[in-house]
Amino acid sequence: MVYKLLSFGFFIFLIFPEKNLDGGECMDINWQFIISTLPLYQKAAWITIKLGFWGTLLSVIIGLVCSIILYFRIKVLKELVEIYVELSRNTPLLIQLFFLYFGLTKLGITMSETTCAITGLAFLGGSYMSEAFRSGIEAVSKTQIESGLSIGLSQTQLIRYVILPQAFAVTMPSLAANCIFLFKETSIVGAIAIAELMHVTQDVIGMYYQTFESLFMLVVAYLIIILPLSFLLSWLERKVRYAEFGN
Amino acid sequence: MQNLGINVLFEGTTLQRLFEGLMMTAGIAFLSIIIGSFLGVGMGLLRTSKSKVVQFICRFYLEVFRIIPILVWLFIVYFGVTNALDIHLDGEIVAVIVFSLWGAAEMGDIVRGALESLPKHQIESGKAIGLSFWGLYRYVLIPQAVRRMLPGAINLSTRMVKTTSLVVMIGVIDVVKVGQQIIERSVIKVPTASFWVYGLIFILYFIICYPLSTLSKKLEAKWEN
Repeated sequence: MVYKLLSFGFFIFLIFPEKNLDGGECMDINWQFIISTLPLYQKAAWITIKLGFWGTLLSVIIGLVCSIILYFRIKVLKELVEIYVELSRNTPLLIQLFFLYFGLTKLGITMSETTCAITGLAFLGGSYMSEAFRSGIEAVSKTQIESGLSIGLSQTQLIRYVILPQAFAVTMPSLAANCIFLFKETSIVGAIAIAELMHVTQDVIGMYYQTFESLFMLVVAYLIIILPLSFLLSWLERKVRYAEFGN
Repeated sequence: MQNLGINVLFEGTTLQRLFEGLMMTAGIAFLSIIIGSFLGVGMGLLRTSKSKVVQFICRFYLEVFRIIPILVWLFIVYFGVTNALDIHLDGEIVAVIVFSLWGAAEMGDIVRGALESLPKHQIESGKAIGLSFWGLYRYVLIPQAVRRMLPGAINLSTRMVKTTSLVVMIGVIDVVKVGQQIIERSVIKVPTASFWVYGLIFILYFIICYPLSTLSKKLEAKWEN
């Protein structure tokens, strides 16, 4: 936690160029400019948060479904899921987005930018989440499953009451890492014309040539989004660790 | 008309140009992986040091790269640092610098994890038979740690290869940029060009990354017992 807070201080140091330190010619940070572009960044930050939230939520759902399909080895579907996981894990998000946004339109599948971005994030995140859940499910010990079956639970009940709660606790750390990863990946979505933080920064640099101020705002905005998220996730991690006991 | 669309890939020098773009991407990735690994091993050794200050600096360095997206780092170096120091850096060089530093941070964490997971009695027996500090690392710790860190290191390499696709955003003529040029040239004659070109780039990345990630999975499974 301390490290994360300190990195904040580091960026502020980084943004002030070295010229400042010799006390010679001071490069002023244009606070007026920062205040005037604040609404732009505020709006962009909300878009980033919205994309990250929906992307994460959908990828958790996709990951859960995929890992259950893999667990029960459902025919055909299992192969499809395996192909999907390999395809999405081994290609960069930027290419996936370009393919979805520019490529598929030509075949008549047209999505709005936001839908496209969330689809892309979910497509990428789904496979990461599914890997995380899979390893969690594998970590649930055989005795747990067998005792569940022996007291007469059905398959659905077994998943709902025995496997998932325990798997969830084991996967929580990688789930948290994936969640932060997805929020960071939203920076790429700007490439398909969504006015999120990265895109707005590019615009502002292009329009006003206030490079320092724009990058400064960008970094601060990401810190404001990701630091609380990472604290929240590590709090959650501590909360759901009950299943580790007794193993 | 789809059978016409795919022809765009085989016209003129399209394939050759895409390949040249891919080589640029692969070159950046390769250089960064090499530099990043060397720096990362040093970083990992530093992180096992007992000094609190060294530990603190290294940990801090890692967090800095974990919190801020890589694309933002590329922008900071490409626009911010060059501006501050009043120098010019090519996009390619910026990419190699950023990816190497990032690779060093992540690699350092992998190396540290591997070194710390080694049982304590290995170090103690090494010391007991009178090995020097370097001897201990050279003959006892590193050979064992390499096994534990190789799957993670290969995974990191695939991540770095995938992330090199971002260099198009700082003006490097990589495979994505070449693809865009080809699409723009032929979009009037062949409207479905973007589908085929981006599809091909998608597959190209898959062809590079899939063997690597499969290898890492295999190694992990093999060395687990």
